Amino acid sequence: MSKTYYDPADLRKFGKITEWNEELGNKFFDYYGKVFEEGALTAREKSLIALAVAHTEQCPYCIDAYTKDGLQRGITKEEMMEAIHVGAAIKSGATLVHGVQMMNKVNKLDG
Amino acid sequence: MAATKSLQKRDSDLANSNRQLEILSNGIFKNGELPTFKDKISETGQFPLKAKKLEILQINVGYMCNQVCDHCHVDAGPDRKEIMTRDTMRQCLEVIKNTGAHTLDLTGGAPEMNPDFRWFVEEAAKAGIKDFIVRSNLTIIRANKKYYDLPEFFKKHNVHVVSSMPHWTRGKTDKQRGDGVFDKSIRALQDLNAIGYGMPGSDLRLDLVYNPSGAFLPGDQVAMEKDFKKALKDDFDIQFHNLFAITNLPIARFLDFLIASENYEDYMYSLVEAYNPSAVKNVMCTNTLSISWDGYLFDCDFNQMLDLPVNSKAKHISEYNEELLEGRNIVISQHCYGCTAGAGSSCQGVVA
Repeated sequence: MSKTYYDPADLRKFGKITEWNEELGNKFFDYYGKVFEEGALTAREKSLIALAVAHTEQCPYCIDAYTKDGLQRGITKEEMMEAIHVGAAIKSGATLVHGVQMMNKVNKLDG
Repeated sequence: MAATKSLQKRDSDLANSNRQLEILSNGIFKNGELPTFKDKISETGQFPLKAKKLEILQINVGYMCNQVCDHCHVDAGPDRKEIMTRDTMRQCLEVIKNTGAHTLDLTGGAPEMNPDFRWFVEEAAKAGIKDFIVRSNLTIIRANKKYYDLPEFFKKHNVHVVSSMPHWTRGKTDKQRGDGVFDKSIRALQDLNAIGYGMPGSDLRLDLVYNPSGAFLPGDQVAMEKDFKKALKDDFDIQFHNLFAITNLPIARFLDFLIASENYEDYMYSLVEAYNPSAVKNVMCTNTLSISWDGYLFDCDFNQMLDLPVNSKAKHISEYNEELLEGRNIVISQHCYGCTAGAGSSCQGVVA
């Protein structure tokens, strides 16, 4: 089997990061758990946000995790794809809005 | 797409329960990657699991079904011929009359397809057991004219209807249970609602069972119930009482799906990681007895499908003795992780 940087089985080992720094690792997981609790946003809404961000961050572990999490919550594939488009729209918008900077610079340099 | 034939009809390797048990004991459980269920419950001093006082008597009246759902743990379908006879039903009735159990739970297959189903329900209802459940797949009610009056029949005998509904959308339901199942199920639920089943405050109990459509665990039962209620009310004006979220156990057709889709190991990891020792305390095999179509006794419907009989001198309905069965050691294997994951799982939903 060819070597790759990402191994799906590594996702299961995420918790092991505490082994090399227990204090910070535990603080992170406590924080992480708290963030995803039901609050002003439902856990379902948070799951969709996480899925969209997982894609903009292009984190394969997070994509696997929040696709599964979404299915467990009964989130439909249509809802998941819409959430990803929100992420993609922000990502492409963030690229394109910099076009104004390019236009400003052109105008300044070249009249 | 849902299958059209049972594993048995397809001559699949997995139609053999020994082969299934072999898979569940080998690989990641044999090489120590994951602990066996016995080792896991031993960590908290819960081995051996012991049967408590009987509360639920579950009778499987046959494996024949009008559907061939992808994940059926019974491997049920139209091609299954195992059907409980009236003689075995008579033996069950003797037990029903004398049992201390508060719940009688009829299942299948589609129990309604047993030719003696109505006779059995009429006779069993006379025993006056507090909660008399029939697990109906809903589509049977619309499958043939002879079943159209089932809602009225259920009502007459004060039957508590428990029905499977994998999702509130057509696509996900039909993918798991077959084309057209969603529309027929909706129509059947509307028929049940029309005579009072599932309505707020009604004594005619109508509960739905949700089990995931793929290789993932069920979400929070309360949140799922809320979503189901809203969607079914908004889209189809349907009401029901409770939703039971049930975990798919890795046996029969679901095991076949896990292996074919290369999800088996990940799924077993998910079950083991979600292991909840407090779910073990209330796991259903400790208060339930499952009776097969031919009258044999099992700790649960899953053990029945794996041919793992009760560990007791009384092995058949003809030898039934509640006192003898109480305190027996429950027969376990790795499939049991399905009932102890997260909030736990039973035929009545979560247990923890």
